[in-house]
Amino acid sequence: MRDLVIIGGGPAGMSAAIAAYEQGVRDILILERDESLGGILQQCIHNGFGLHKFGEELTGPEYAWKYEQKVRELNIETKCNTMVLDITEDKVITATNAQEGIFQLQAKAIILAMGCRERSKGALNIAGSRPAGIFSAGTAQKFVNMKGYLPGKNVVILGSGDIGLIMARRMTLEGAKVHAVCELMPYSGGLARNIEQCLNDFNIPLKLSHTVVQIHGKERLEGVTIAQVDENRRPIDATREFIPCDTLLLSVGLIPENELSKAAKVDLSPITNGAVVDQDRQTSIPGVFACGNVLHVHDLVDFVSEEAEIAGKAAAAYIKGNTGKKVEIPVKTDGKVRYTVPQVITVKKDITLYFRVGSVYKNVRVNVTAGDKVILSRKRPKVAPGEMESVTIKAELLENVESLTVSLEVL
Amino acid sequence: MFDVAIIGAGVVGAMVARELAKYQLKIILLEKKNDVAMGASRANSGIVHAGYDCAPGSLKARLNVEGAAMMEEVCKTLGVKFKRNGSLVIGFDEEDRKGIEKLMEKGKANGVEVQFLDQTGVRALEPNIGGNVTCALYAPTGGIVCPYDLTIAALGNAMDNGAELQRNFPVSAIEKIDGGYRISSENGEVKARFVVNCAGLYSDEIAKMVGDDSISVHPRKGEYILLDKECGGLVSNTIFRTPSKMGKGILVSPTVDGNLLLGPTSVDKEDKEDKDTTEGGFAEILSKAKEYVENLHAGKAITSFCGLRAVGNTGDFVITSRSPGFVNAAGIESPGLSASPAIAKYIAEMLKEQGLELVENPAHIATRVSSHHFRDASLEEKNAMIRENPAYGRIICRCEGVTEGEILDAIRRNPGATDLDGVKRRTRAQMGRCQGGFCMPYVTELLAKELGIAYEDVTKCGGESLINVEKTKGGMAQ
Ligand SMILES: Cc1cc2nc3c(=O)[nH]c(=O)nc-3n(C[C@H](O)[C@H](O)[C@H](O)COP(=O)(O)OP(=O)(O)OC[C@H]3O[C@@H](n4cnc5c(N)ncnc54)[C@H](O)[C@@H]3O)c2cc1C
Repeated sequence: MRDLVIIGGGPAGMSAAIAAYEQGVRDILILERDESLGGILQQCIHNGFGLHKFGEELTGPEYAWKYEQKVRELNIETKCNTMVLDITEDKVITATNAQEGIFQLQAKAIILAMGCRERSKGALNIAGSRPAGIFSAGTAQKFVNMKGYLPGKNVVILGSGDIGLIMARRMTLEGAKVHAVCELMPYSGGLARNIEQCLNDFNIPLKLSHTVVQIHGKERLEGVTIAQVDENRRPIDATREFIPCDTLLLSVGLIPENELSKAAKVDLSPITNGAVVDQDRQTSIPGVFACGNVLHVHDLVDFVSEEAEIAGKAAAAYIKGNTGKKVEIPVKTDGKVRYTVPQVITVKKDITLYFRVGSVYKNVRVNVTAGDKVILSRKRPKVAPGEMESVTIKAELLENVESLTVSLEVL
Repeated sequence: MFDVAIIGAGVVGAMVARELAKYQLKIILLEKKNDVAMGASRANSGIVHAGYDCAPGSLKARLNVEGAAMMEEVCKTLGVKFKRNGSLVIGFDEEDRKGIEKLMEKGKANGVEVQFLDQTGVRALEPNIGGNVTCALYAPTGGIVCPYDLTIAALGNAMDNGAELQRNFPVSAIEKIDGGYRISSENGEVKARFVVNCAGLYSDEIAKMVGDDSISVHPRKGEYILLDKECGGLVSNTIFRTPSKMGKGILVSPTVDGNLLLGPTSVDKEDKEDKDTTEGGFAEILSKAKEYVENLHAGKAITSFCGLRAVGNTGDFVITSRSPGFVNAAGIESPGLSASPAIAKYIAEMLKEQGLELVENPAHIATRVSSHHFRDASLEEKNAMIRENPAYGRIICRCEGVTEGEILDAIRRNPGATDLDGVKRRTRAQMGRCQGGFCMPYVTELLAKELGIAYEDVTKCGGESLINVEKTKGGMAQ
């Protein structure tokens, strides 16, 4: 029996482990399928990590290294090259690695920190052939940054997610020509600062309301046909345009990797594709917590670490027998706010609600209502799907509250 | 001089090789692509048809029924997954009912077990079939198989018994020489006493090389959508609509690997290389499939692909010999996969009649270790294998849980994978939800190392299909 097993050794898993340690838990094990800790940060060699958390601009590996050092210092046990195959409702974990083979562990508490994966091309159903030269942006990032190979020289990027934007710059710096970034929506899903620094600074056109409608090429990609889309996101035939290229990168969204959570029968939200959690990031199964991109996709790692600390602390409390659950206040949203994390409040204390909106809105008010009473209202000059928002509710505002709704009021 | 040269490494060529490898013969298989199962045998429905719908008395009907009866045993010996999941042909109106009654008669004439089901019967078997279904033909002997797994295993077995495979050998000329034929390609020439033409879509062109103009083959396109394993349980039988002139219509079927397959469309074409999927194709497949299976979601698609049927000019399989010692297997459209073991026996018989001596090879090995032997093993067996070879403990493809050991097997075993798609077809690595997003760089590395080639020379499927074009400026590449 292990006290705490953490699935995933990225920034979320490491932060959670450290937080649990600081609360006095000593029997902690981090299981990581990759050959080293750090998760996706290892291939994010650009700047921009840690501004919130450390007040300095770090690269991905530098940010991860800070946590890895701490994990080592505290002697927290880690097993890399170890893939978790299954988790049961009763917290039995099955994993495999080359040294031990397939083994099982019983845990008192589990923290899910498996991160997310990129949406694949199949889900898009683009017409045409199936040549080499089509990669998810993250795969290209791995080739370039981890393996030292350039997957192509003439590039079109579909989707303006952050990894796509970062790779537009990266491929350009490596001598490739990025002809366009096509985004289906009328706005980008990436961070404003990435659009500025990765596209505008390099004169790479961002084509909003555009998509790739056809792939050409027999063996290696020879080009793509792009087209503008109408308000129903249907391609407009008259705008079809052929762009010769040898590479198509896809940055069309990230999906939390919850296959194991499903196996454990954790309740999942159809909107975040992650677990439904309370303020402690505890899932529908007591003693199973989730944090980081496996819970909902974050744009900044700093918030991942913060969330993981919450989960780590709460797991420590759970292990010590303090289950904490007292009330059940559901947090609902209107249509404009797509989701909140947490989705339910079980203890009346100061609580920060993180949320994302479904579209770009200017000059809005974020209202938190209980029944028909607005208990909190905050102005925002602009909100966008690419940027996570938050509001903090003081404990005293939660007295006599049975449910909450977070909504947007366009002024 | 080889005893037999087989042109084309699809399921027919592979099955012929497997059959002939039982005898003391020097066999070579000539394939124009970088891997086997690159034609129709790669992209098809994977249905082992029960045999109820071929015209009674045709060669197709005979070989389908014979082949389907052999399939389970063949798969067992070759370690290929086969499932007798049953086929349902469903109808919605009076006309369909008539069609189904006709099919019932054909089925009976072909000696196939068929049952007529009313609405209650259908819904009891398949609760996710649309409520307005009225009746169905039920063929319990219908099955499913993975077509490229079968092709790879059949050829692997032939090679384990001494047959040779020459890849990247696009046959461009055939000349009659003393005692046989000289077969040439841009990559050399091969001589053989007997030749079997299993070149699929190109079998007409191969026949022309020996002056046989009797065959013509044209492509009929079939597009598919493959859904996530989450949807694999929506139906358990293979569901067909009542057939029309253009074929069996859009089917919905589980695959042996647990996904759900929708398709194929049916469009006559001229270009034998056009495997493009189309916007119209997606729309057609989805709208038709949704007409009769409920709870289908386009969002669960993980990939789409296209196969080309080799439609002959007679409506039947064209298995002929117009030049001594030269046999054509042309126009092998559906149910060619189902019929393939029987086609192989039929062809072996023809060759024997033409003078090929079939002397049994006493050292012949009938079985092949399954490509899934690790995946299908028990926990204890797996752990024993990992102790012996730790590479089986290292997962490379996360979505499908494929280990390094299995990928190395795929590269080392007959017929070895030499490109990324080859590894994918043999192991399922890169075939899951993320479609290689995570593991492609690792599989590339294993291929480079095993084949002793540079990282940047690894291809997706041979030829110019390179994955990486050069080293980065930073030059961190090892
Ligand atoms: C859309 C579709 C759905 C189908 N569904 C089913 C089904 O559900 N059940 C069923 O039983 N059957 C089905 N079939 C039919 C089945 O797939 C075929 O009958 C079978 O795969 C044919 O195998 P083959 O070996 O003849 O051809 P192929 O698999 O096409 O093999 C021909 C090979 O010849 C090679 N070649 C061509 N020219 C040359 C040359 N000049 N030199 C060297 N090599 C050459 C090609 O590269 C290829 O590898 C379907 C077919 C299609 C297309």
